[in-house]
Amino acid sequence: MTIAVRVEDKLYQNRYLVDAGRPHITVLPHEKPSAALVALTTVCPAKCYEMTDKGTVDVTPDGCMECGTCRVLCEASGEITWEYPRGGYGVLFKFG
Amino acid sequence: MIEEKFDAIVVGAGMAGNAAAYTMASRGLKVLQLERGEYPGSKNVQGAIMYASMLEKIIPNFREDAPLERHIIEQRFWIMDDRGHTAMQYRSDDFNEEKPNRYTIVRAQFDKWFSRKCREVGVTVLTETTVTDLLMDSTGKCVGVKTDRAGGVLRADVVVLAEGVNGLLGTRAGLREMPKAENVALAVKEMHFLPAETIESRFNLSGDEGCVIEMVGTFSKGMTGLGFVYTNRESISVGLGCLVSDFAESRESPYAMLEAFKNHPSIAPLLAGSEVKEYAAHLIPEGGFKAIPQLYGDGWVVVGDAAHFNNAIHREGSNLAMTSGRLAGEAIHRLKAGRDAPTKENLKLYKELLDESFLMKDLKKYKDMPGLFHTNSKNFFLSYPELISKAAQNYLRVDGTPKLEMEKKTMKNFIEKRSRLGLISDAVKLAFAWR
Repeated sequence: MTIAVRVEDKLYQNRYLVDAGRPHITVLPHEKPSAALVALTTVCPAKCYEMTDKGTVDVTPDGCMECGTCRVLCEASGEITWEYPRGGYGVLFKFG
Repeated sequence: MIEEKFDAIVVGAGMAGNAAAYTMASRGLKVLQLERGEYPGSKNVQGAIMYASMLEKIIPNFREDAPLERHIIEQRFWIMDDRGHTAMQYRSDDFNEEKPNRYTIVRAQFDKWFSRKCREVGVTVLTETTVTDLLMDSTGKCVGVKTDRAGGVLRADVVVLAEGVNGLLGTRAGLREMPKAENVALAVKEMHFLPAETIESRFNLSGDEGCVIEMVGTFSKGMTGLGFVYTNRESISVGLGCLVSDFAESRESPYAMLEAFKNHPSIAPLLAGSEVKEYAAHLIPEGGFKAIPQLYGDGWVVVGDAAHFNNAIHREGSNLAMTSGRLAGEAIHRLKAGRDAPTKENLKLYKELLDESFLMKDLKKYKDMPGLFHTNSKNFFLSYPELISKAAQNYLRVDGTPKLEMEKKTMKNFIEKRSRLGLISDAVKLAFAWR
């Protein structure tokens, strides 16, 4: 059975305070993404990572739940930078 | 910002941080606690099952006002294939006791309560404050923290790092390594709301009774993973988690897997008609004993998930967090009372208290389990669930096939899939890792 899932519909339930213009995760400029960076386009539970037309990987962390999966996979190689959002910003779990 | 110096700064207001802060403040220490969320709990995610005896050691009368969901009277374990499940379950009226042993909780609410308790015993809690760096002196001793607030340098004799599984401070300061992808699981979950009566009738419960189900099987697509369905008072927590290294290799997406899991014929009826109010994701430390980092140093200790304290086999995390927080608090208080400085040498006391406790003993017992499941995930999480399901069908379907022939067919299925040697070796490996 194949079930179509839009992660946007899931994230819509959540509460966020987005720190506009100050993304807490960035992807460093690259020409060809590593396998780990490409994996983030499917593994990220908020689908923050997407493949661009140029074949590079881009991040929009507005829906980020701050789990750290991408940090574990790609921070050490220097492909991404990862900070916690400023105090009070980011995801705000109602139930957790 | 605050100019005064504290006996201790606690980074994080989850289970471990609250336990440490409460333990120290209730013994008269001057404690500052920093939390990056809007309120304590707003960044925290758990299934969640809470074990009473670990909290009793910190707040004995917690049952009077803690936000508890249901006390658990029934535990089910399911081995699932794509169409059904084989179950093992235990239910007993003995769990309907005056002081129940296990409860389901909702973390955002529970953590707010725990934090209120901390403030009642004198902890200064600063929320919406992200700690950006540890403050080290020229000798490498931790003397405080830097925060993202204006002029945000805060000083203390000792810093308790309760910063969670994804603790940036400790790894940035070189106190411990970043968790390896094969040592952490990514878990996703949803909160499904239903009227209390509906939950009670679907799970055969009454009043505050609760039921929890944990599952392994084909839904994790051969990855090392676990699913769960926990009953809260008016909601059901449903989710699953698999190792990050497996996710990276399989390229499965966690939300698509969660959706398929919810639509499984064994699970869908439990959730029918519910309203989803939240989708959460979190990492879980799964590396066990071998993944525990250095736990103390000059002017610092690390507790809870940040210290990789989680018993993956028994799914115990928050009680290890509470216990390690409490023991860190007790160790720091003892040093303070004896006028001993919180040097690396003296803070070894924290490690000694941990070693004497159930925490280290349990983690040591299962030290080989994470590796076993990781290297054999396709057998344990895909082949065996399918084989067990086929065996159950062979046993239960009556179509005139002689029983001996049925049994031979079942045996043949197992041997074809794993070979005789494979079956024996899996059993031996499991037995050795368990003992």
